[in-house]
Amino acid sequence: MDGRFTVRAVSSEGPDIHRLLVHAPRVARYVRAGQFVIVRTTPDGERIPLTVCEADASEGTIALVVQGVGRTTFDILELVQGDQFADVLGPLGSPTHVEYYGSCVVVAGGVGVAIALPVARAWHGAGNRVVGILGARSDAHLILHHDFTKACDRVMVTTEDGSAGERGLVTDALGPLLDEGLVDRVFVVGPIPMMRAVAAMTQPTGIATIASLNPLMVDGTGMCGGCRVAVGGETRFACIDGPEFDAHLVDFDALERRNTAYREFETCQAALGGSARHG
Amino acid sequence: MGELSKRERMAMDRTPIGVRDPGERMGDFDEVSLGYTSGLAILEASRCLNCTRPVCIDGCPVGVRIDEFVKLVADGDIEGAAAVIQRDNVLPAVCGRVCPQESQCEGSCVLAKKGRPIAIGYLERFVADYERSHATRHDPVAVTRTGRRVAVVGSGPAGLACAGDLNRLGHAVTVFEALHELGGVLAYGIPAFRLPKDIVRAEIGRLEREGVAFETDVLIGSGMSLDDLMGPEGFDAVFVGTGAGLPRFPGIPGEDLIGVYSANEFLTRVNLMHAHDRSARTPVYDIADRPVVVIGGGNTAVDAARTSLRLGARTVTMLYRRSEAELPARLEEIDHAREEGVDMRFLVGPVSFNGEDGWLRSVTVQQMRLGEQDPDGRARPEPIPGATDVVDADVAIIAIGNAPNPILMRATPELQTTRRGTVSVDPITGATSMPGVFAGGDITTGGATVILALGAGRRAAVAIDAWLRGGEAGAVEPSFLLE
Repeated sequence: MDGRFTVRAVSSEGPDIHRLLVHAPRVARYVRAGQFVIVRTTPDGERIPLTVCEADASEGTIALVVQGVGRTTFDILELVQGDQFADVLGPLGSPTHVEYYGSCVVVAGGVGVAIALPVARAWHGAGNRVVGILGARSDAHLILHHDFTKACDRVMVTTEDGSAGERGLVTDALGPLLDEGLVDRVFVVGPIPMMRAVAAMTQPTGIATIASLNPLMVDGTGMCGGCRVAVGGETRFACIDGPEFDAHLVDFDALERRNTAYREFETCQAALGGSARHG
Repeated sequence: MGELSKRERMAMDRTPIGVRDPGERMGDFDEVSLGYTSGLAILEASRCLNCTRPVCIDGCPVGVRIDEFVKLVADGDIEGAAAVIQRDNVLPAVCGRVCPQESQCEGSCVLAKKGRPIAIGYLERFVADYERSHATRHDPVAVTRTGRRVAVVGSGPAGLACAGDLNRLGHAVTVFEALHELGGVLAYGIPAFRLPKDIVRAEIGRLEREGVAFETDVLIGSGMSLDDLMGPEGFDAVFVGTGAGLPRFPGIPGEDLIGVYSANEFLTRVNLMHAHDRSARTPVYDIADRPVVVIGGGNTAVDAARTSLRLGARTVTMLYRRSEAELPARLEEIDHAREEGVDMRFLVGPVSFNGEDGWLRSVTVQQMRLGEQDPDGRARPEPIPGATDVVDADVAIIAIGNAPNPILMRATPELQTTRRGTVSVDPITGATSMPGVFAGGDITTGGATVILALGAGRRAAVAIDAWLRGGEAGAVEPSFLLE
């Protein structure tokens, strides 16, 4: 029987990166680009936010891309077809603003590519010219390249070791585009140093730049304030005011610091878990 | 006991309730108060003067027939007393524990003038607990189903009260809860040592047996909207009881330091996610042997302070900007907190959180004095120029109140709101600016009490029933308000 939140299919996208198709009809019906879900694997599990990278309302399924980084994400990598999540809550967060801007660049690093994909699709669907810049450690870590190619007018790839696309960072690919002066809007998602660097590059140009943030979160509904970020000197909650904010106003240093709050705990948890090999 | 004269009854002292020893209770999250035995309950109930005009009921926001149930307890008919309470209160075991009785029923009791009102709260709690453990399960009362469907958004006190009454009136009710546990603030906010979670589950379980449907993991507003509920989802009316769950921050330097928590986050990590349990997957800062400060003076502040002690904090200091006389927390909780070693500093407010490498180390506080009265009658705290000092703190928990959760309103511009961000409603019926949509509890009042939310839920249920039957929402007067 197909119960609530059943895993319909699992595929590997890269080293410790899985794509899971999950039965969550309410989420599938109502989710929009930029929104996310909070999941728990077991009834005593931790609540963690995951981005919905695709949704099929008629099948009642959503696609989640998960990279093993902590105990709970490694637990998710153990899930196989037929397993169930204890909870999938969503869609959460404010959806991406979608309108005709002209020429857009969607910059994504690591598993951030899964977050960026629905944004690229939505902007492209609104008539924008969309250039995707995907950054990864290596070719093996590059995910959803094919889907991205279909969603964009042009896709550029950078890898740290040069095993795919150009050797270098996403900023190396973004620079020339900005120099051409034909960019109206930038979306960026990925590791904090990458988002900080992209924001710093576009700030002098005045090009509107949206960053999708990834702070620690508990409930995801505005209730705890744990995900608060400083944006333009104001305290905002990423779960309900975001997760997308004006990248030029985000205090990335504070975000980076707050994300280390439970590092010690996570290290201990990883040692406790069955999937300790990745620490 | 029925033979006692009025004079004899008036001479009796209030029957004390059993309380666990502070040293013992600090080691766990089990309930602090032990409750009455049957004998003690009957003794306490027999003190009731059976007033011709029972003014205690005026003090109860849901209109529990206090005179009737107390009389039944005095006569030893506990199940009869339970039935009387349940007519008006869907959460008696909860209310018996968390209501501010001193400012409600017990505050209205004629014996309050002598400082020994009937312990209505303890009696309510006893009756509800007795019923839960002794009563033979009654089958749900058969009601004629109307075929109308009502969505209740939020499973906190307001939603539960509204759902219970609407179900008894024959409507099909589905309660949507965003979190994975039902109960709203009863689940994530109030700690187990004050309100054991199995009691919350049991009271909700009773509603479920009566026929109310519950669905967790559904947030209305960020996905499904009110229009979706009233349209494709097929509901005929909606009650919004989403509460005041958005924590306020003081807006002072350093509040993004690691170690600064909202009380909601701190309590959620412990109450909902069981972070105090070594095997839990959700962390809470290791506060063992560290200094903790709690900012605020309400029940939430006291809950956070007492929870910190149970997590092994070296010291816990509550900082309240007014004086002791204005402390808004329940008296019993303040007493329990002091017995457990919570230090309370009055007339101080935080001006900055100070850190080292991103971690909180101390709080700079401003000393206050009381000035003019606020419009609400409380003396306003004013800073004493130049009078600041620094309090050591590795963890600071902010409990200065909550704003209404804005998700639903942002998604529903046609739902009128007040300047304070609460949903605008008719004060009696809870009718909002959207036809068929009603609201009650903290989402309309701002942070208040469980029992006020229950009252609002009940009033809205009466109005929703009338609306579904084709009447005018504004014209309804709930029967339990007519005294």
